[in-house]
Amino acid sequence: MSSSDAPPPPVDRATQRRAANRFDIRRLIGGLLTLYGIVLVVVGIVGSHHVKTKAAGININLWAGLGMIVVGALLLFWAFTRPTEVPDAG
Amino acid sequence: MLKLDVSALDYAIVAIYFVVVLGIGFVARLTIKTDLDFFLSGRSLPAWVTGLAFIAANLGALEILGQAANGAQYGVAAVHYYWIGAVPAMVFLGIVMMPFYYGAKVRSVPEYLRLRFNEPTHAFNAATFAVATVLISGVNLFALALILHLMLGWSTSVAILAAAAIVLVYITLGGLTSAIYNEVLQFFIIIAGLLPLMLVALHSVGGVHGLEDKVRASRLGEGGLHAWKGLAIHHHTNPLGSDWIGVVFGLGFVLGFGYWTTNFAEVQRALSANNLSAARRTPLIGAYPKIFIPAVTIIPGLIALVTVKGLGGTTTDLQYNTAIPHLIANLLPEGMLGIAITGLIAAFMAGVAANVTAFNTVVTYDIVQAYVVRDRDAAYYLRVGRLVTIAGILISVLTAFIAKGYSNIMNYIQTLFSIFNAPLFAVFIIAMFWRRATAWGGFFSLVAGTAAAYAVNRLAAYHTIFHFPVASVTASFWQAIMAFLTCAVVLVGVSLVTKPKSAEQLQGLVWGLTSTAEEEHPDRRDKLWWRSPYLLGAGAIILIVILNIIFI
Repeated sequence: MSSSDAPPPPVDRATQRRAANRFDIRRLIGGLLTLYGIVLVVVGIVGSHHVKTKAAGININLWAGLGMIVVGALLLFWAFTRPTEVPDAG
Repeated sequence: MLKLDVSALDYAIVAIYFVVVLGIGFVARLTIKTDLDFFLSGRSLPAWVTGLAFIAANLGALEILGQAANGAQYGVAAVHYYWIGAVPAMVFLGIVMMPFYYGAKVRSVPEYLRLRFNEPTHAFNAATFAVATVLISGVNLFALALILHLMLGWSTSVAILAAAAIVLVYITLGGLTSAIYNEVLQFFIIIAGLLPLMLVALHSVGGVHGLEDKVRASRLGEGGLHAWKGLAIHHHTNPLGSDWIGVVFGLGFVLGFGYWTTNFAEVQRALSANNLSAARRTPLIGAYPKIFIPAVTIIPGLIALVTVKGLGGTTTDLQYNTAIPHLIANLLPEGMLGIAITGLIAAFMAGVAANVTAFNTVVTYDIVQAYVVRDRDAAYYLRVGRLVTIAGILISVLTAFIAKGYSNIMNYIQTLFSIFNAPLFAVFIIAMFWRRATAWGGFFSLVAGTAAAYAVNRLAAYHTIFHFPVASVTASFWQAIMAFLTCAVVLVGVSLVTKPKSAEQLQGLVWGLTSTAEEEHPDRRDKLWWRSPYLLGAGAIILIVILNIIFI
């Protein structure tokens, strides 16, 4: 395992803020849920009859996919309207 | 048959998840500069992240498959594990205990014991905690392997090694930040998998009324639909096979409070919050999802009971633990199937990760730094932490292979919890509220309580004085009650004949001697009414009272 963690070069606050935001957990989860949601909706539309009716007659891929897109979009909306603030004296 | 019909698309969904998990590990590595970053995420996380991680750290093997199994076996009475066994303890941790943990600036639960009592108490607790944690993490690995084997047909050995390798990479790189980020992500994926499963399963049995009728006609009967019926002492007829003393004191007071308030795998999530207010809100925010998780565990358990023929049998694929896998196999088509499998894998990996991150912190700070190699720089302990992580995972793999040899893994884990957690709660509660409790009182109490829990377990095993099956719910409740009483008696007794600590030594550690240290990272928004811990706590308590009345 590498262990010689050299002290990082000084970075300006804008770079820090960009890095913190790229690693914002709301973006990660929102992005993944939206991606999964889109995949499910597509399967729900183009899938075979068996795929559309296996879940007690409900096209669960379509509905669950739409739900995931909504939750994912809400998380992304939250992350972009209220970005992470980088505290002073890092 | 449980073997699933998994398509390439489902595997792709699982693969995307692994890529994201490992990606989080690599990015989190860039944020780690000191040992505090690695072990406590630099105390920088907001309350909603630590609150969801608090819940997700517990949402592993025991929780999902075990509670669905409890739902199938005991019916609605299994809600006691949530509404009596968890939520009150989480509220207590947030409102009463967190100021002592966070305020004292301890980095782990054993460290509190060193400040409050003495080094022997600290060393004993650190050592038992380390042992218990790797054993539990091994059980999680084994349970994951078993599920992958049943559902995907992988060999259990391959599955254990593959899961261990992924957890190893992301924790060794990213430390607690990586573990917590993955826990929050995993929380969303589990809900995304289980909520649609519960809804379609409920639809398939004719909705709530259809399910009630079918449960009445099942082995559980009317009793399976009530939480509080048939709990009279000596006349208990409820499916749990316990009376209200066992439920309220054993499960609620001792086991529940013991687990949630002193288990470092949980408390560590709150200690990583960015200030005291956020630390106190961590378990309180976690309490709300916890209240509703029975909907996606116990309800599917009940549905499996009435739809899966022969559930509760002795073969591996008909044990109660397979309730959820059966519903997944019967109801979910390609696509949702991949999401559900991903959710289960995520849950197990997070269970392993939560234990390993707590293990590496306790071993590094409370064993290595405290007693083996003192006074080295931060980089040294960061390096030790990474090595301990690798060691912890290797030991977990070994204990997973030990668990493989046991026929009933719940048996194994119940024993671990009631031996290691129940005595701890007695020691903490008295330590925090009774200034007179002395250093040696703490030590002997902890040793005696652990020994008492073990003794009750063995006596029950050989049916000498207690007449209940060793792995039963009743056994673990009584084991916990005995351990608690022994601890309390020994702690008070020894304290009365030994020398108490001075008020200065106890500053910030006991009730009535508030910490004089200044608040770090104060945030004026914490004064907002909806961030008040009292309000959040009261809301959770009111909710569980209402729900208990509904399901009485």
